[in-house]
Amino acid sequence: MQKSLLIQPAKCTGCRQCEMACSFEKDKSFNPSKSRIRVFDIHSEARFVPYTCTQCAQAWCLQACPVDAIKIDGGTKAKVVNDNICVGCKVCTIACPFGTINYVADSGKVAKCDLCGGDPACAKACPTGAITYVDAEQTGYDKMRQWAVKTDTQSHTHA
Amino acid sequence: MSWTGKFLRIDLTTGTVKTEDLNRDWARQYLGQRGLATKYFAEEVDPKVDALSPANKMIFTTGPLTGTAASTGGRYSVVTKGPLTNCIACSNSGGFFGNELKNAGWDMIIVEGKSPKPVYLSIENETVEIRDAAEYWGKTVWETENGLKAKHQDPMLRVATIGAAGEKGALYACIVNDLHRAAGRSGVGAVMGSKNLKAIAVRGTRGVTVKDPERFIAATIEHKKVLADNAVTGQGLPKYGTQVLMNVINEIGAMPTRNFKEVQFEGAHKISAEAMHEPRPTDGKTNLATNGACFGCTIACGRISRMDPGHFSIASRPQYKEPSGGVEYEAAWALGSDCGVDDLEACTFANFMCNEHGIDPISFGSTLAAAMELYEMGVITSAETGGIELKFGSAEALVKMAELTGKGEGFGLELGMGSKRLTAKYGHPELSMSVKGQEFPAYDPRGIQGMGLTYATSNRGACHLRSYTVASEVLGIPFKSDPLATEGKAGLVKAFQDATAAFDASGVCIFTTFAWSLENLAPQLDAACEGEWTPEYLLEVGERIWTLERQFNLAAGMTAADDTLPKRLMKDAAKTGPAKGLTSGLDKMLPEYYQLRGWTTDGIPTAETLKRLHLA
Repeated sequence: MQKSLLIQPAKCTGCRQCEMACSFEKDKSFNPSKSRIRVFDIHSEARFVPYTCTQCAQAWCLQACPVDAIKIDGGTKAKVVNDNICVGCKVCTIACPFGTINYVADSGKVAKCDLCGGDPACAKACPTGAITYVDAEQTGYDKMRQWAVKTDTQSHTHA
Repeated sequence: MSWTGKFLRIDLTTGTVKTEDLNRDWARQYLGQRGLATKYFAEEVDPKVDALSPANKMIFTTGPLTGTAASTGGRYSVVTKGPLTNCIACSNSGGFFGNELKNAGWDMIIVEGKSPKPVYLSIENETVEIRDAAEYWGKTVWETENGLKAKHQDPMLRVATIGAAGEKGALYACIVNDLHRAAGRSGVGAVMGSKNLKAIAVRGTRGVTVKDPERFIAATIEHKKVLADNAVTGQGLPKYGTQVLMNVINEIGAMPTRNFKEVQFEGAHKISAEAMHEPRPTDGKTNLATNGACFGCTIACGRISRMDPGHFSIASRPQYKEPSGGVEYEAAWALGSDCGVDDLEACTFANFMCNEHGIDPISFGSTLAAAMELYEMGVITSAETGGIELKFGSAEALVKMAELTGKGEGFGLELGMGSKRLTAKYGHPELSMSVKGQEFPAYDPRGIQGMGLTYATSNRGACHLRSYTVASEVLGIPFKSDPLATEGKAGLVKAFQDATAAFDASGVCIFTTFAWSLENLAPQLDAACEGEWTPEYLLEVGERIWTLERQFNLAAGMTAADDTLPKRLMKDAAKTGPAKGLTSGLDKMLPEYYQLRGWTTDGIPTAETLKRLHLA
């Protein structure tokens, strides 16, 4: 079963524990600027939105890479950058429609989410359940459940 | 390792920037943030210095856990001599500025002297510059933060800034970061203004490392779970914020109302957490838009509010239609109950004003309450107020005065002096509800006796964040004590003061202490920091910090006579509620407190005590 990161902005409080978990997992330091997941603060809407690679099937980053540094992980289906091959040309950052693969000046390579080999650190660190790792075919489940709660008429009819 | 080991020394008089190595011995003795900055400050500054003179310094400082994954590890403090109190001032803020400073590679910034013209400090990792701030002088906090982000073309820039209130020397002006997080108390913003320093803008990408990464991450995960499983930090604060207290404190008769004339407010429920969750009749929306966290915080008590677009106040400030930092309990009390105002939207508006212009809502609300009492007595007239009727309960007066005080205009200039100076000017100093010149927060010492001793002995003037005995006396944490009793409170206050100082020094938020004790903090520090950090040693560090602050204040001219409360709280009994008939029993608690601290009957630490704490 393919799994995917499910992000629900309404549950996010903007604490950045995900960013720290990610940078710690990949860099052994706490450094939000190295995180492959970023939280955006949409102040005008009172919303915090974590944003990371969607592991899209089209994988423009992979297709655009001139040196074939990006491969699909056989287990997780994550698109994974091989640092030994990456030349830091940044073409993938142009190709990605979502801006979720970024150049890291310190390393001279690009960095993106690789789903931590199937055990994403961001999801484990999220204190509110805004980031979960779920069956890719069931990402709408929570929304459906919420809708069911909203449309529950039992309390009215039996009140 | 946890500490970056480096700090910045900025001399604004000469316009020079230097880097220095952190004194590691002091870090072991004082940990960080409030503790370490106080040590540096006390070593370098004459306690008798005029707080608003160039000879005063200010230290922006992080703790060793700031910028790590420890829950709530995003705090920074500003230590200086406070203009409101002439005591040591230490003002602590959340948001994202502290983490950014640490990530830029700095434990502290020591700011000295006075710039000949308005400047701001720009820090991008090791690139540090003092830059011209002429275009931002006179601008609000919000305009300045947004302006600097645009100028630097960096939306990730973190900015701590003052508004016009700080520039014009309002004595309780604060420093605001992330638009609505503030180093709020004791007038640290006025010190920044006196130095012609408008803002500090930081961007850091260096990262923070710890001593033992695997042990540290395991410890933080374990203790994040402790916060999540606790009823206060896991449920109450996330859902209701600190405002969860409004109805609770009102019911137990400890809600200071109309400048502490009463201890219960009939309109409390209208400005409570529950009211913030109620859909409004006008637009069907709730005042509370969402809760929001500071950096690393798994509690997320912050309130993001959206005002009623039809409220009378908002016509003049269309930008307030967008959501921003809503009222916390202290602000809702000061702007609401203490002024007799039960209009939640007006309180939210005034809170936005405080954030936008950089003033402390506690001291502002409390000073306005004193002015309202003087107005109702006929001592202050509408000739002084510019025609505005300063009556208790007037939402219009609250809204107008918040704006005038923030901008430093008209009667707002007088309110900006604080209640001690304002009431003295009008011949009624007894109406200032303050200790050492700093206004009380939202707990009446007649209904919660421990808070009376807390206020009287606080080193930065009346304050709830130096020993929050409400936790024990009201919430039963870590054990329940009778809020109306004075017995045992001296020991309780001392224990809370010392433990709190250690928490403040570490870089985490005091709100963790609803669930955490030093037993929870110590393993996280021990894994992060060089040295051995045990609960026992942290308690000693806390006591050392407390005593050093006390020594500074004594040298600044404070005496035991300043460890007191206004007459109203010692003479006028509570009229209603469980505390009916009671006054504050400070006189019963204070001598025992001195004794427990190892101080003389005049409140002076004995030579033996100083030796025990390695302070002499």
